[in-house]
Amino acid sequence: MAELPYLPHTESDIRAMLDRIGVQKLEDLYSDVPSEFLKKGAYALPDALSEQEIRDYFASLEAMNARLKVFVGAGAYDHYTPAVIPYLCSRSEFLTAYTPYQCEISQGTLRYIFEYQSMICELTGMDVSNASMYDGPTAAAEAMKMAIACTRKKTRVLLSKGLLPHVIKVVETYAKFHGVEIGYVPVMEGQTCINCLKAELAKDDVAGVIVPSVNRYGIIEDHSGFADAVHERKAVLIEYCDPSALAVVKTPGEWDADIAVGDGQSLGLPLCYGGPYVGFMAVKKEHMRKMPGRIVGQTVDKEGRRAFVLTLQAREQHIKREKATSNICSNESLMALWVTIYLSLMGPEGLREVNRLSSDGAHYLYGELLKTGQFEEVFPGKPFLKEFVLKPKQFPGRMQKRLEEAGFFAALDTEEGYVSFCVTEKRTKAEIDRLVQVIKEG
Amino acid sequence: MKYYDKLVFELSREGRTGYSLPANPYPAAPEVPSALRRGVPLRLPEVSEPDVVRHYTNLSQMNFGVDTGFYPLGSCTMKYNPKINEEMAGLAGFAGLHPLMHAGLTKGANKVYQEMNKALAAITGMYTFTFDPCAGAHGELTGLMIMRQYHMNRGDFKRAKVIVPDSAHGTNPASAAVCGLEVVEVKSLENGRIDVEALKPLLTDEVAGIMMTNPNTLGLFETEIKTIAQLVHGIGGLLYYDGANMNPLMGMVRPGDMGFDIMHLNLHKTFSTPHGGGGPGSGPVGVSQRLEDCIPDLRVSGFHGNFGVILRAYAYILSLGRQHLRKVGQYSVLSANYIKECLKDLYKLPIEGVCKHEFVFDGLINDGAHDDVPGATTLDVAKRLLDYGFHAPTIYFPLLFHQALMIEPTETESKETIDAFIDAMRKIAAEAARDPEILHGAPHNTPISRPDETTAARNPILKYQEN
Repeated sequence: MAELPYLPHTESDIRAMLDRIGVQKLEDLYSDVPSEFLKKGAYALPDALSEQEIRDYFASLEAMNARLKVFVGAGAYDHYTPAVIPYLCSRSEFLTAYTPYQCEISQGTLRYIFEYQSMICELTGMDVSNASMYDGPTAAAEAMKMAIACTRKKTRVLLSKGLLPHVIKVVETYAKFHGVEIGYVPVMEGQTCINCLKAELAKDDVAGVIVPSVNRYGIIEDHSGFADAVHERKAVLIEYCDPSALAVVKTPGEWDADIAVGDGQSLGLPLCYGGPYVGFMAVKKEHMRKMPGRIVGQTVDKEGRRAFVLTLQAREQHIKREKATSNICSNESLMALWVTIYLSLMGPEGLREVNRLSSDGAHYLYGELLKTGQFEEVFPGKPFLKEFVLKPKQFPGRMQKRLEEAGFFAALDTEEGYVSFCVTEKRTKAEIDRLVQVIKEG
Repeated sequence: MKYYDKLVFELSREGRTGYSLPANPYPAAPEVPSALRRGVPLRLPEVSEPDVVRHYTNLSQMNFGVDTGFYPLGSCTMKYNPKINEEMAGLAGFAGLHPLMHAGLTKGANKVYQEMNKALAAITGMYTFTFDPCAGAHGELTGLMIMRQYHMNRGDFKRAKVIVPDSAHGTNPASAAVCGLEVVEVKSLENGRIDVEALKPLLTDEVAGIMMTNPNTLGLFETEIKTIAQLVHGIGGLLYYDGANMNPLMGMVRPGDMGFDIMHLNLHKTFSTPHGGGGPGSGPVGVSQRLEDCIPDLRVSGFHGNFGVILRAYAYILSLGRQHLRKVGQYSVLSANYIKECLKDLYKLPIEGVCKHEFVFDGLINDGAHDDVPGATTLDVAKRLLDYGFHAPTIYFPLLFHQALMIEPTETESKETIDAFIDAMRKIAAEAARDPEILHGAPHNTPISRPDETTAARNPILKYQEN
């Protein structure tokens, strides 16, 4: 059996502490627990492993996973992570810190959250950001709840069918238990249908509408007229966005949205099988006090020095309990730091260049795939960036298997019978050419 | 800690860059149509890589973490975060997995989930876990959804109330509200335990269940748990266990054996994963066998929960094994009782008797109030502790006592560290008795001191504005 190096207690320490307490043995500290609830016999757990054995075991687990070049997005994007980010995020002063309730010894955390909020506002064109949510889908679910709270006597929230499937599922789950009715707005020709939206809004029971800035087919949506239609019916417009793409596509602020949400994962977070990621939410100023989650604000300390604190806490569960705007407590603070450092390094030009490389690569792949003659266009001429769908002429199972064998994760099935591809700056032209070759050799 | 006053935006100079990307080998894609193109400037900082590294290093140096010093923080189990776990979670074969890869491509990840499920079931006495929730409160919400789903599956739609003790964590009633449940509060007795007599009349056929944590937030074991479980089950309700206080039960007591039907764990508390300044966490939810069918209907997060956190917690469980598990519970309880005994002559202990992993004082016995000088409060004690190099305890929670000061030492602190903390707490009590003004002005040795929170809320400045 391996030792456990995390417990400093020696025999004599334990004896001295028990003596001071006035009990004989450690078990006596559980004298208040009815004896029938004290676990008898061994736990069904493996033997304790040493550090070296843990390392070996994890290496064996890791080896069971496939190592593929990722040509799929669908809500998780394989963008490059600069070395500086994990280096700084693993500093123990950030990594092992608690929630910054004691502001005097948490100015590091509070400052980066303030910077994060500023950057999210800048990307989205909104007024106020919170300190983060769990992920994009839960941020959308919180926005759904917020729409109900921001409007009067409205019971329904509309979801565009162009939203990613996992976003729709999470919002539906929250809605079912929160007592919110969900309606749907169909997609016509690759774009959330404004006339269908207007027809739903006319029923006058709609609190909010969630639409994708870039939709599940990778298409950049045109939301001209959406905000006017929604606001005319006293509802709120919620834009679900890929924050990386906001460097080049019209912002929720420019579309006059009330709430912007999405997943910060595309800002350099590793795929990591779906988490930890970081949801973001930013709103117009008038909705600030209805927003869920922590918010950091700037102030001065008693000596007049610039200082940062958690603020507007009267919205939160530890003060308001069941009347709080949300139950969220721990969020994804460290991943917010990750995003903040990413955006600091990339700056405006770096983020635009990431989009350019990804988009140019994706368009190149799109053209090469069409040339193979094995795909049909689904939405010809619709603008996209790094992600697109095509319709395979034959059942794609065999192609997908061959791609996997050749080291690619690509051509993901969609509910509609299309296959989806994504190219980021991490993919090389050689990889794309090889992928296309594998498909050609069919 | 040194005060450092920059924001990254203030380091920005036009034309400076902190990235390097490969040359573009592709023909240019069509431009984004102008109607869909971003038309507003993108004012992100323009800084070099060394600027970024130095800036965030300087920021980090205004932070306190578990690696810096002791966190006697009630309700939040701030134990040591083992370093091997970080390295295991960062392995490329895990970090590179796309969440939509099918099971045939992710066999190692699947095995981690399966083995974690078995291990957590063994530790807690539950039947199976879902790993989707990303934090403790998220687990609570998921657990309550399961509770409601269970009743709905039985065709019982009238159960819209949930009972929550007055000592519960704030997230409990908030999670209930998000889940569409009405909160009914049950009072505590003088001895800090749930008042069983007060509970009885609340138990109607409209009650979906009760949320409890045991030991409760006063660190006291709910000795009547068997009766409570019988009563709640008797009316068709379920028992929810808030796993925030699981640490003292590790290797000693299992929630499943006490009659709990649903529970969450906080992997970022009990299972040693770092708190990250407020996340990422992970809040897996366990259920008893009869509730297993209620889980698949739910989708509470995008993919598979916080896999990176689950990997860390699994490495921790492997290091504990069946041999060391019990030491976690026992030593955490030992340290808490030891601190309580060493300080109860100077701080008010409202409820005598053995505690579990944490306990609550109700302020100083002698707060030093004299003439028109007000006495030292719990806030003052907490802020003064920062000067002595300790994080503050949780203060003003639970709400049962006006000057609540909640202390939880965890099993990873040495007797020397604990003795130094006790010594600091005794010095602070002596300072208060002598001159409470020393405490009113604290902290004195931190980068900032007592910021103006009122102005921050009244005139909110929530993002950077160029002068």
